[in-house]
Amino acid sequence: METLNIPPELERYWKDLDCGFKPVEPVFAECMREAMAVLSPQGVEEYISNARFLGKMGRGAEPILVFLEVAPNTAKILGEEAMHAIMACVKVLWKSPNGKAITPFLQSMHAVAERLRTAEQMQHYLDLVLDFTERTTGSVHGIHKTFPSPGLPDFFNQVPRLLSLLTIQGLRNWVEYGVRYYNNHPERQIDYFTLQSADSRAVLQRERQGTLLVDNERKLDMYMRGLWRDPEQLIPYSLAYDELRKPQPYFDKLGIRLPDAYDDFVPAVTVRSARDQRPAAVSVSGLNRYRACLAHIAAHRRWSKAVIADNFSPFQRIAIELLEDSRVEYLAMREYPGLRPIFMALHPEPEEDACDTEHESSIRHRLAMLSRAILDAQHSYQHPYIVEYANRFHELMRSGDASTAEMADMGVSFIAKTRLKSDQSAKIHFKNTEVDYRDDNRHLWQFIEQGDEEETFADQNNAQVEEAIEGLPPRLYPEWDYSNSTYRPDWVSVYERIHPHGNPADIDALLNKHAALAKRLKKLLDLLKPQDKVRIRYQEEGSELDLDVALRSLIDYKSGSSSPDPRINMSHRNDGRSIAVMLLVDLSESLNQKAAGCDQTILQLSQEALSILSWAIEKLGDPFAIAGFHSNTRHDVRYLHIKGYSEHWGDEVKSRLAAMEAGYSTRMGAAMRHAAHYLERQTADKKLLLVLTDGEPADVDSHDERMLIEDARMAVKELDQQGIFSYCINLDPKADEYVADIFGKQYTIIDNVAQLPEKLPQLFISLTK
Amino acid sequence: MTNKDQYKVAQEPFYQAQGGEVALYEAAYRARLPVMVKGPTGCGKSRFVEYMAWKLDKPLITVACNEDMTASDLVGRYLLDANGTRWLDGPLTVAARIGAICYLDEIVEARQDTTVVIHPLTDHRRTLPLDKKGELLAAHPDFQLVISYNPGYQSLMKDLKQSTKQRFTAFDFDYPTADVEADILSKETGMDKAISAKLVKIGAVARNLKGHGLDEGISTRLLVYAATLINGGVAPRAACRMALVRPITDDADIRDTLDHAIDATFAQ
Repeated sequence: METLNIPPELERYWKDLDCGFKPVEPVFAECMREAMAVLSPQGVEEYISNARFLGKMGRGAEPILVFLEVAPNTAKILGEEAMHAIMACVKVLWKSPNGKAITPFLQSMHAVAERLRTAEQMQHYLDLVLDFTERTTGSVHGIHKTFPSPGLPDFFNQVPRLLSLLTIQGLRNWVEYGVRYYNNHPERQIDYFTLQSADSRAVLQRERQGTLLVDNERKLDMYMRGLWRDPEQLIPYSLAYDELRKPQPYFDKLGIRLPDAYDDFVPAVTVRSARDQRPAAVSVSGLNRYRACLAHIAAHRRWSKAVIADNFSPFQRIAIELLEDSRVEYLAMREYPGLRPIFMALHPEPEEDACDTEHESSIRHRLAMLSRAILDAQHSYQHPYIVEYANRFHELMRSGDASTAEMADMGVSFIAKTRLKSDQSAKIHFKNTEVDYRDDNRHLWQFIEQGDEEETFADQNNAQVEEAIEGLPPRLYPEWDYSNSTYRPDWVSVYERIHPHGNPADIDALLNKHAALAKRLKKLLDLLKPQDKVRIRYQEEGSELDLDVALRSLIDYKSGSSSPDPRINMSHRNDGRSIAVMLLVDLSESLNQKAAGCDQTILQLSQEALSILSWAIEKLGDPFAIAGFHSNTRHDVRYLHIKGYSEHWGDEVKSRLAAMEAGYSTRMGAAMRHAAHYLERQTADKKLLLVLTDGEPADVDSHDERMLIEDARMAVKELDQQGIFSYCINLDPKADEYVADIFGKQYTIIDNVAQLPEKLPQLFISLTK
Repeated sequence: MTNKDQYKVAQEPFYQAQGGEVALYEAAYRARLPVMVKGPTGCGKSRFVEYMAWKLDKPLITVACNEDMTASDLVGRYLLDANGTRWLDGPLTVAARIGAICYLDEIVEARQDTTVVIHPLTDHRRTLPLDKKGELLAAHPDFQLVISYNPGYQSLMKDLKQSTKQRFTAFDFDYPTADVEADILSKETGMDKAISAKLVKIGAVARNLKGHGLDEGISTRLLVYAATLINGGVAPRAACRMALVRPITDDADIRDTLDHAIDATFAQ
C-alpha cells in the first residue's frame, strides 16, 4: 500500500481505516484534520471505525468518501452521540436491498442536521426514514426476492429542500401520503418523491407553513381592485424548487407573479447604539408582505414608463431601476402613507462599512444604501454622495411626480460620481442588499436591438409550442380518504364538455308516447303552481281592515253581544316557490344493460324519464339544469353539460338528451362536487341535487370498494353544509347495501325500472311540494 | 283641512349641486311632470328632493316604502271609531288634496301591485280614485309625485314595471367626484379638508369593490358619519372602522382589505 500522501502523524488512522479505494487517499488528510479539530479523541476513533465499515460494505468508494467529508460537521451540530443512531440507520439500509440509497442518505446528512439542529429531532427523522424503508421495500408473492424501495434515493435528494419548507411533522405527513398511495406503483412513487407529480406538490403546499397565496387570493385581489383599481390575474410561482435562481416577483401581460407563500417577516435582532433614537423594526405579516409587493407592482404599473435599454450600461440600468423603484414607492406612499412602516420594515438596512470596497464590488451595497436613505429620513449614512442623491431625489419629488426618464438621468449621474475600481470585480457584495418585495423590473426596459439574452430565445420557442386548447381546462377536486380521514388534494380532474347533439325529434316522439302520463302530471302540476299571493282572513293583527268582517263585528258589538269577533283584519302571504334543481345523471357503462322485465335498456328508460321530468319542471318554472357524468380513472372524470339554468327546454337541449350514451365508470363524488359549484350560485331559497344512478360509485383505478362510496358520502355532507339538499334515485335493486351509507335517508330505490318515466316526475313533485 | 305648513321644509338643507339638476327639476315641476331619482344609497337623493321642496317652497310628504306596504297605506283606509267607521286619508291622498310634493322613497321596496295606484296620478288624468270611499279625487294643481329608487341592489323581482317607469322623467344620481365629495364632507360637518379627502379615498376603495363581494360602496352618508365621529374626538382609524367598514360588510376578506385601506390611508 502506498502511503506517500499520508502525513506521518495520521499513519495510524490510515492503517485503521484499511481502505484500498484510490480516491480516498488524496482527501484523507484534509478530512482527518477537520475531524480532529471538531471531534473528541473518542469521536475520532469512532469516526475511523464507521468509515472503515462503509469502505468494507461493498458499495464502492462513494459512501466512505461522503462520510469522511460530512461526518465531522454533522457530529459537531448534533453531538457525537447522534452518530451512533445514524450509523445504525445505515446498517439497516445496508442489510435491506436499499444499498443504493446509502450514498444519498449520507449526502443529505449534513444539510438535514443543519435544519434539525438537535439529536432528538434527528432521531425523529431517522425513525421516519426507517419506517419509510420498511414499508416501501417490496416483495413479490411466491418469489423470495425483495425489491428496493423505489422512492428512497430520490427522497434523500429532496429532503434538504423539503426540510427548509416543512417541520419534521409536516415532512412525516408528506412522506406518509406518498408511501400510502404509491406503494404499489414504483413509477408514480418516484414521481411523488421527486416532487414531479401534482399531488406531491399539493400535499407539500398543504403541509407548509406561512401565508399561502391561494388562501389569500381573494383578499389580495380585492386589495388590487379596491386600493389600486388595477385588477389583474395573480399567479403563484414556487420558491421551493428553485433555490439557486431565487425567482423574484414580476408582471407581464399574463398577470402578476408572486411567490406561493410568504413567511411572516421577523426583523433580525440587531445591536443598536444607545443614541439610536429610531423606532425598532416591526414584524410584518405574510399578508402585508404580499400587499407591499403588490403595492410596489401596482405603483410601477401606474407610474412607470418603459425606457430604451440599449443606451445604458448594466450598472446604469441597475441604478435606474433602483431609483425608479424608489420613485414609485414614494408616489405610492404619498397615496397611502400607511405603506411606509411596511416598506421600512421590509427594506434591508445595510451597514455603511459592511462592504470592503477594496476587494468586493460594492455596487449593490451602495445602491441599497441609497434606496434606504431615500426611504428612511432618519438614516445614519455619512457617505456624501448618498446623502446628496437622497436629497436631490426628494427635491425632485417635491415638485411633482417626476418621471422614469428623470430617474434615468439621476441614476446615470450617480453611477458616474461614485464609480470605484472594484465595481468590475466578480466578487459582488450581496449581503443585505436584496429588497425582496420589489419586482425584477423587466417591464422597465425596451430593447431596440435583439439581445442575445436567454429570454429572447425562450420567447421565440414558446411561440411555436402554443397549441389550440380543446375544451375547458380540468377542474381539480379533492377526494375523501376514509381510511385515514383526510382529503387527497387535487386528486380528481373533472373535464366539462357540452354533450354531443342528436336529433331533437326523437325526444318529441318520446314525449308523445307518454302523452297520457303527461296529461295526468299536468293536473298535479297545476296544483303545485305558485299562486304568489294568498289572502289570509280573520286576523287580529293584519295589514288591512277586512271590511265585511269588521262591520259584522261592529254590529255584534252594538247589539250588545258579549263577544264581538276581534279578528277583523286580513293580511297577505306570498306563496312563492323558490327551488333550484340540478339533475345529475350517471352515464356509466351499466346503463347499456336491458332493464329487468322489459326490452328497453336502462339508458332509454332514463332518457324518457328525463324528458318527461324536464318538461314537467319547465312547466313549473323552477330553474333547473341537467348534466351527465362518467369517469375513466381519476384523471378523466367527464361532466357532460346537457341543460344549463339559463337554457330553456328547447330543441338544443332535446338534441343533447337524444344523443345520450353510456360508457366508463361512476366516480360520483367528484361529479357531485362539480355540479354543486353551479348549484351554489343559484339564488333560490332551496337547492336540490338529484342524482339518478344505477349502481354504486366505482372506478377502474379504485381498488378499495368503500373508497368511492365514502367519498360520495363526504360529498353529500359537504353539499349539505353549502345548503344543498342531495337526493338519490337509484335503479339498482341491490342498492340497499350502500345507498343509505351515502345519502342517509335521502334516497329512493326504483325496483321496477320500467316505471321510471312515471315515477321520476312524481317523485320530484312530492319532493318539492 | 290638513295643515299645510307642517309639511313645509323649514330650514335650507345643505345640498351641493353637481350639474344642472336643480334647473331641470324646476322645469319638471313647472310642468308638474312626475320625477324619478335613481342612484345608489346615500348619495343624496332624498336630500335633493328636500332641497327642491324648500327651494320651491312647497310642502313635502315623504313615504318610506317597504314590502309590507299596501295600497291602503298610501291611499287611506277606514278606521273604526265609536260611531262606526271613519275614513282616514293616506299620505298620497293628503298630498294630492293639499298640493304637496309626494316623495315615495325606495319605491321598489313596495310590492308591484301597490305601486299601480299611483298610475292615474301620473298621467294626464291627475286624479286619484278612492274606490272604497266612492270618491274621485282630482289632484291639487301644485301636487307633484317624486319617486326614488336604487337600481343597484334590488333583485330582478324588485324592478319597477315598465308601465310605471314610463310615467316618469328621471335623474341619474351617483356619488360625487372626489373633490366635490370632500367638499361636501367639510361643509356638512366642518371637517378639515385633508381628513375629508382621506375619508373620500377610503370610500373610493370600497366603491371599487362593488360587485366583487360588496353590493354597495361606502355612501356619502356613511362618510359624513365617519367625519362626525372624528369631529367628536374619536381616533380616525377607529371612526372609519366603525362608520365605514362594519356597517357594510360581514365578509372577512373585504373587512380585512378595507381595514388595511384605512391603515394605509391614515398612517400613524
